[in-house]
Amino acid sequence: MPYSADLDVRVTDSSLRDGSHAIRHQFTVEDVRSIVAALDDAGVPVIEVTHGDGLGGSSFNYGFSLVPDQDLIATAVATARQAKIAFLMLPGVGVTDDIRQAADNGASICRIATHCTEADISIQHFKVARSIGLETVGFLMMAHSQPPEVLAKQARIMADAGAQCVYVVDSAGSLIMDGVSDRIAALVAELGGDAQVGFHGHENLGLGVANSVMAVRAGARQIDGSTRRFGAGAGNTPVEAFAAVTERLGIKTGIDTLKIIDAAEETVAPVLTNPPALDRLSLTMGYAGVYSSFLKHAEIQARKYGVSGAEILIEAGRRKLVGGQEDQLIEIAVGLAQRRQGHRRGQRAGESERARG
Amino acid sequence: MTPSNRDDTVTKATAAIVGSGNIGTDLMYKLLRSDVIEPRWMIGIDPDSPGLKRAADHGLAATAEGVDWLLARERPDLVFEATSAYVHRENAPRYRELGIQAVDLTPAAIGPAVVPAVNLGEHLDAPNVSLITCGGQATIPMVYAVSRVVPVEYAEIVASVASPSAGPGTRANIDEFTKTTARGVETIGGAQRGKAIIILNPAEPPMLMQDTIFCAIPADADTGAIAASVRKIAAEVAAYVPGYRLRTEPQFDGPTPMSGGRARVAIFVEVEGAGDFLPPYSGNLDIMTAAATRVGEGFARRILAGRA
Repeated sequence: MPYSADLDVRVTDSSLRDGSHAIRHQFTVEDVRSIVAALDDAGVPVIEVTHGDGLGGSSFNYGFSLVPDQDLIATAVATARQAKIAFLMLPGVGVTDDIRQAADNGASICRIATHCTEADISIQHFKVARSIGLETVGFLMMAHSQPPEVLAKQARIMADAGAQCVYVVDSAGSLIMDGVSDRIAALVAELGGDAQVGFHGHENLGLGVANSVMAVRAGARQIDGSTRRFGAGAGNTPVEAFAAVTERLGIKTGIDTLKIIDAAEETVAPVLTNPPALDRLSLTMGYAGVYSSFLKHAEIQARKYGVSGAEILIEAGRRKLVGGQEDQLIEIAVGLAQRRQGHRRGQRAGESERARG
Repeated sequence: MTPSNRDDTVTKATAAIVGSGNIGTDLMYKLLRSDVIEPRWMIGIDPDSPGLKRAADHGLAATAEGVDWLLARERPDLVFEATSAYVHRENAPRYRELGIQAVDLTPAAIGPAVVPAVNLGEHLDAPNVSLITCGGQATIPMVYAVSRVVPVEYAEIVASVASPSAGPGTRANIDEFTKTTARGVETIGGAQRGKAIIILNPAEPPMLMQDTIFCAIPADADTGAIAASVRKIAAEVAAYVPGYRLRTEPQFDGPTPMSGGRARVAIFVEVEGAGDFLPPYSGNLDIMTAAATRVGEGFARRILAGRA
């Protein structure tokens, strides 16, 4: 077991990774220091620190980090007393050299994410991570888009490559209750004792805590959340609420509920200048099954091109975009703007809407 | 009836395709249409390879006995390597010793990297040239189009390809793709620093290959001149990759915190395959075989001019 035997579930707080999306990758060293100290003090066993799109994510496509990821990881490692520091990487965005560097900076858990049908691109990265002694976690993103049996096969690829836990990642916040249980159960059945199973939820349909409890009941042993929902879209499962709920249910997480409630209020909330909300755009993502990290990018392009952010996201869903294709949102916005201009010109010229196609 | 082989060598350079898989087969169909190259041999290692059967049906000498068979008895003018980086590293010195010019479609990166629209003319005498990666062929011309107008301190490309068109080689070593492409963005594209991102998308029906090219540009750059340069290069690439096109006009943005304080241009291209053998969605593979054909034809004209 990669964690203490007296815990039923291990929680990873992703405020400083998934939350990176919510503040457009502008974390400061001081943000990381204060949040890690507070979460560590509350007994959160794992804290993830990286650009929202993982190592190497600092880019035009996803947004540049204010402070290099590796500096933030080193800060987190230096701050934490009991918590392990985890990082995320996406093959195709980051490279194995980035994993080695994060390990050199003291991070101990390597989380490797692929779209949930593309697990085989992570094999080389799991092998490197294990060879340098890192604990490993696999992330099957956009898990709502595939049935349980497909996810289980992909989880097997990751486990065979060296993943010690494989997560069902509800990147779009689109899974509903039994949809979580069925997927978790399929992975547990497939992996048996070879690897644990985890769940990463989003709040786009308001189900983060409920879905996470369903996951635990179906056999998940690792759960992600973000204090104060500090994550992409409507944010992640709030860790302070999950701690309270699991304590009431008698599920041991090792987190001090009152302390995490204080940390959320006093330390995390002040950093969150623009808190994730269950609003039109994030709800649209959960409803249409769109990658949560697209939210801020859709907002930016909607503003620049004077088009509807919801329409951008719905088109992204129609095109079945996967995580990482943020660039496509620009092209979608340009297309929507052109169509609208064409429509206006058409009206001015007195043409019928039908004639414009 | 076709003229005899002996006559043909005066007007066409002879070529062997090494690797009878999907890429080698698609390349064969393109070379069969060439005015200056005669594909004469298809070399595989698996007797059951459908590519060998197709090659034989089109009149090529097809063998499953590998490069040893070829080099023991034949001297092609050109060889196109569509195997793997590992195999090409083994074969390249042998081609070189025998004076056979090699066009490398694997990621082995032994010879200088070539993007036909940018630097083919510089390497017509090279014994071995590398075609980098599919993402590199699709995006480096655009980085070059910008860097010939303004200094590009950083360029980043995002290649989205349909899952079924990403083969096991790419999947097993995706780092090789990103690193090799990023290097090409710098050395051929002309960016001071390059970055490459690849995304595999499993959508059905499969999406066409789509690439986005971001270049950092000076805040006061002449956007009209950049856009004109981009359109010109797009037409030059389309001359040998007919399905290559701009999806929209280049988009310009001023500096923001998220852009790291840099002004930028974003260029959107799409590559629809010619459907010679591979399906049209796999523009990523088509652009490799089309570029290989273009490079091979450059070599062939030089060889034929020497003979005349």
